[in-house]
Amino acid sequence: MLNFSLPKLEIGEAIEWLVRWIIANLSVIFDVIKNILNSITGALNDGLLAIPTIILIIIFALGVWLLTSKTTALLSFTGLVLIWNIGLWPQMISTLVLVVVSVVIALLIGIPTGILMTRSSKLETAMRPVLDFMQTMPPFVYLIPAVMLFGIGVVPGLFATIIFAVPPPVRLTYLGITQVPEDMKEMAVAFGASDRQVLRKVELPLSLPSIMTGVNQCIMLGISMVVIASMIGAGGLGAEVMRAVNRLDLAHGFESGLAIVVLAIVLDRVSRNIGSGKTTPAGRIIEYLKKHRKAKLESRVSQI
Amino acid sequence: MTAKIEAKNLVKIYGNNTGEALELFNQGYSRSEILKQTGLTLGVAGANFEVAEGEIFVLIGLSGSGKSTLLRCINGLLMPTSGSLLVDGNAVEKMGGKELRRLRGERISMVFQHFAILPNRNIIDNVAFGLELRGVEREARWAEASEALDSVGLGDWKNKMPQELSGGMKQRVGLARALVMESDILLMDEPFGALDALIRAEMQEELLTLQREIKKTVVFVTHDLDEALRLGDRIAIMRDGAIEQIGTADEILAEPANEYVEQFLTGIDVSKILDAASISKWPRELVRDSESVSVALHRMKKTDTDYLFVTGQRRKLVGMITRDDLLPLSKKRQTSFKDVIREANTIPGDTIMRDVFPELRHSERALAVVDENGRFLGVITHNTLVESLDERKGGDGIAEL
Repeated sequence: MLNFSLPKLEIGEAIEWLVRWIIANLSVIFDVIKNILNSITGALNDGLLAIPTIILIIIFALGVWLLTSKTTALLSFTGLVLIWNIGLWPQMISTLVLVVVSVVIALLIGIPTGILMTRSSKLETAMRPVLDFMQTMPPFVYLIPAVMLFGIGVVPGLFATIIFAVPPPVRLTYLGITQVPEDMKEMAVAFGASDRQVLRKVELPLSLPSIMTGVNQCIMLGISMVVIASMIGAGGLGAEVMRAVNRLDLAHGFESGLAIVVLAIVLDRVSRNIGSGKTTPAGRIIEYLKKHRKAKLESRVSQI
Repeated sequence: MTAKIEAKNLVKIYGNNTGEALELFNQGYSRSEILKQTGLTLGVAGANFEVAEGEIFVLIGLSGSGKSTLLRCINGLLMPTSGSLLVDGNAVEKMGGKELRRLRGERISMVFQHFAILPNRNIIDNVAFGLELRGVEREARWAEASEALDSVGLGDWKNKMPQELSGGMKQRVGLARALVMESDILLMDEPFGALDALIRAEMQEELLTLQREIKKTVVFVTHDLDEALRLGDRIAIMRDGAIEQIGTADEILAEPANEYVEQFLTGIDVSKILDAASISKWPRELVRDSESVSVALHRMKKTDTDYLFVTGQRRKLVGMITRDDLLPLSKKRQTSFKDVIREANTIPGDTIMRDVFPELRHSERALAVVDENGRFLGVITHNTLVESLDERKGGDGIAEL
């Protein structure tokens, strides 16, 4: 009596049909995107590999020092030399390029979306389930439409990474801006600020710590996804891990994994430090220049 | 009298779809009935007033009486639901976005209760904020901002960050930020409400001195009767969104328009609006927790008391020490009194005066008044309470004003 059957809802088939329709009708657009991204990543990759490794390591370490502190810079230097030493430098560079390009694109999409959500409660309600979906859907699933749309290679890896990494900057930008005290915004409006001025001069600066946490999360998710994306030919350190898994090569697997850890730690420390309000060497230099200029201005003002 | 600002039958109802609520209001329904039937809050219930050029016009009332709402209608932060608000004869509610921004950026400046100083900018950039919005070049706006800071006595603080300033100083920054705009109208929303009694009196004095020079049209919101009487050329007393009476301090004191105003002035209700912070006095002596036993004993002797309140960093109240506890320590030649600090009887600064009475009756010593962060604001003794009531009730205090 009870074994009547419900007709199955063809959700999966519907999505597949949609993607196939997109491929059939919009493939031109995807080809253009693919070509652009391919040339960007290719150029970055070639450019970075053209620099002698030791010089690039020093440049990176200097950059880390400017943005964080001496200890972190020393740690990064050691880590990068280690990667070079175990012979995974080119793979590390290609992973780095993949992460940087996908994170930049994810931020270019994520931060404005977060801002728009603070402006429209309808958009906010609509985006909430979409973001939940994007974050909880197992990341492997994104690989399928990515391959269908872009084929095998770096670009589908970028695509899947961007989808996976975009929710944190959206959420944390939204959160940061909604947490800006109402009286600060009221003050700006009372002094004649336009909507754009309120955003630029009050909301964004005051929500910077939250937005930077979003950037940090975005980078971390980017790195973890880049490894998964190597399954569809994105290359880099992830591909080395996959190869080691296939061959049950523990030594190589551990080395590649370690290289990913080093890269992740460096990127994490740097991105976490920006916007945290801690004084950095770069901050001190800027401060010095500002003071210098202010002193100059003040002397000029007092002359008048 | 040329009216600089004029409100005509101004009604403000909060929320969307105010049509029904406005209809009810026009039929004479009360604020609570409107709230019950429509769920909407009546902020201002048909206000009429004129503010002359160069005068200080005070809006006073209990919290929720609509004074801040009314103030925000003047620069269009809130738009009246019906009626009109004219600045120099131009209706604010009819202005478009651009006109409104020009009105706020050039004609009307505002000072806020909680300062609203941007924490990520240093002092001079906070003061120059309005000029920056206006598009003034950096050099010019810094020059003007530093002049404004000099005029409020903060010339040496230009490059400091807001966190380094005390509440009183922050409000000076707020004032400088408004003054630098050189607008002719100044809106002040309980500007001294968040400051402790001593600083408040000082700031009031300074505002009056400044006003003699700059002669701006000031609309000043407060819930402190003393402040209203001291500052206001004319005072409007508000209740439940409506203005009960407008007049000079003398006129209102001599001829209260109705029973509510009378109660408001005689102190029956005053004990409801005055809070512990506003009647507290700064004690003659205090001791910091890092100071020594002998210093504490010396101060007790000097002021002829047998106890002192102890404060720590950032004026946080730590407790109190008594002479009986200190004497044995002094005999043992111990210098630190940290072990004998007792818990002090404290009372939150926002306790209304009526509730201070029973607290005080149970305490043989003075009550320490603290703010929400545990910072010490002053003391209330049996004497302070009587004095502050006397000042308001009796003829003496008022005649002095």
